[in-house]
Amino acid sequence: MALPKAKSDATEARLSGMQIPEGGASWTRAARQDALDRLTGMGLPYRRDEYWRFTNPAEFLTPETPRAEIALDAPGFEETDVLRVVFTDGVFDEAASDDLSQDGLEIERFSDAVTKDIHWVKGLLGVLETAGQDRVDRPLATYNTAFAEDGLVLRATGKVAKPVHVEYRRADEQAEAVLRHMVRVEDGAELTLLESGVGASRLNTGMEVDIADRGAFHHVRMQGRDHERRAATHVFTRLGEESTFKSFTLSLNGMMTRNEVIITLKGDDAVAHVAGAALGDGRDFHHDDTVFVTHDAVNCESRQVFKKVLRNGATGVFQGKILVQPGAQKTDGYQISQSLLLDEDANFLAKPELEIYADDVQCSHGSTSGAIDETALFYLKSRGIPEDKAQDLLVLAFVAEALAEIDDEGLAETLREQLAGWLERRR
Amino acid sequence: MLKIKDLKVKLEEEDKQILKGVDLEVGAGQVHAIMGPNGSGKSTLSYVLSGRDGYEVTEGSASLEGVDLLDMEPEERAAHGLFLAFQYPVEIPGVGNMTFLRTSYNAQRKARGEPEVSAADFLKLVREKAKDLKIDAEMLKRPVNVGFSGGEKKRNEILQMAVLEPKMCILDETDSGLDVDAMKLVSDGVNALRSEGRSFLVITHYQRLLDHIVPDVVHIMANGRIVKSGGPELALEVEKNGYTDLMDEVQ
Repeated sequence: MALPKAKSDATEARLSGMQIPEGGASWTRAARQDALDRLTGMGLPYRRDEYWRFTNPAEFLTPETPRAEIALDAPGFEETDVLRVVFTDGVFDEAASDDLSQDGLEIERFSDAVTKDIHWVKGLLGVLETAGQDRVDRPLATYNTAFAEDGLVLRATGKVAKPVHVEYRRADEQAEAVLRHMVRVEDGAELTLLESGVGASRLNTGMEVDIADRGAFHHVRMQGRDHERRAATHVFTRLGEESTFKSFTLSLNGMMTRNEVIITLKGDDAVAHVAGAALGDGRDFHHDDTVFVTHDAVNCESRQVFKKVLRNGATGVFQGKILVQPGAQKTDGYQISQSLLLDEDANFLAKPELEIYADDVQCSHGSTSGAIDETALFYLKSRGIPEDKAQDLLVLAFVAEALAEIDDEGLAETLREQLAGWLERRR
Repeated sequence: MLKIKDLKVKLEEEDKQILKGVDLEVGAGQVHAIMGPNGSGKSTLSYVLSGRDGYEVTEGSASLEGVDLLDMEPEERAAHGLFLAFQYPVEIPGVGNMTFLRTSYNAQRKARGEPEVSAADFLKLVREKAKDLKIDAEMLKRPVNVGFSGGEKKRNEILQMAVLEPKMCILDETDSGLDVDAMKLVSDGVNALRSEGRSFLVITHYQRLLDHIVPDVVHIMANGRIVKSGGPELALEVEKNGYTDLMDEVQ
């Protein structure tokens, strides 16, 4: 299908002179070239795309990287015992990182893995990303496949004790970073991946996560906190039998964020939960969660739980879909997106969708927008708690359902503290 | 302790007069009960005294220990020693009961210029109070009122009262939704908190609560006014003959 002229012109102009990274094994070059070809074919997103109706993609696409002042901020997860891996301005920072070794885990740089002629990543790079474009174009993910040079490659072969914490740092006010992480969780293995930090004034991260039968992957990320940062992220995952995928994202500001999570439940009895809490303050805050869950096996469970707290003209977006393929009987799909609008200038735009081709399934979705509960506020004030503090408590109460999706209570508490601290600072 | 003079209140949203001149004086250490039929303005009185939005005082005054209540924010009234036990205590998921109690306690102390109390010291204090009131320590760990039974919610109100140590306690239909055993437990809690320096205003439909919390004075409220006051025997009279007879008599 031919692209609209405006789109093909814009795509051509934006990609002209851009080449896939040099080097890499032949399979790497092939995957990158394929991605570039696909990208040219589908075109970069523009405002008139249905999938970008609520979020203007221009912020992610201008040729020159926008300048964003470097704000000093704590990296997060300081109190968790982790294997720390640092990327500064999108490049692996060896000096700041721990030794890349842990029992039950193979861990290496993406830039190294893609130079090897024989590597398991060969069978995964761009594969889940390509499959995830089945119904909807995701050009920013394809862009990532074509141009990402650094990132992490993780293969869990056992129960990995310490979480791997990827910390994104920024030293340059105009850094643009394109990072790609590849994850394989083998049969019965378990891995927790943490992400935090701003990373770049414009960040594009892509992740492909392949979870074998009975494997478990936990993902907790903290993003934002920098009022001028733009980020487009994609997580693609494929789940085997009885496997588990759980992802949670806490976003505290950040100027423009689009987080896409694309899940395919491929083996029977698998479980996938994706959840997030986003707090935005100010007219330039725009936060978009876009989720696509495909049930393609029997007796699988999926949950999407998203909460957004918005004030002073902030905008929140949720696009969530559950697709139940023919034969995916006994599917249990749940989706909820809720916003708490702290004043009349805040906006929440939601597009929940269900598409079901099996007859023995249970799927539900709901979306709500509301103001703060005046009765609850009065209850707290009547106990002596001042209005602003009372409102903070009710914000914490509102996001509690999303935070409850995190299995590890220690990590949940860390996020709760970050949230409370942010609320305090934003007064 | 509490002095209410010719208090007239209307709803902010609509032109509806709810309180049409309430006069009431509760002395230190006294327990007063207010009874009355539905719509007589009992709950409105409790909300206006504690500072809930939505009401407009058109005339009159209310003061606690000589300090005008009506000019203060709800949290300032609380710090000054006023406490309202809610008819329907609010559930707050995600906020631990302990956190809620400590936040309240320290906010009040701060407002009074007193030093805040550490988490460890506070835990000790609450545990003692909970033990006195026979409240399970497990209840302290749960989110505020979430999944609590009707009885547990009301006991949680009494625990808050015990911890915050107010001077003037208003109990808004504390007996509603309680079975006989739960009512006894809650009443025992209130009785344990009775003291010379603490007064109570007990709002109720029914006399049975007053079997447990025996008042010094009973007031009958109807149509936005206190129409009759007397001793505990007045409550028995209402129980026996209903409000209608009494209304006729007053008119």
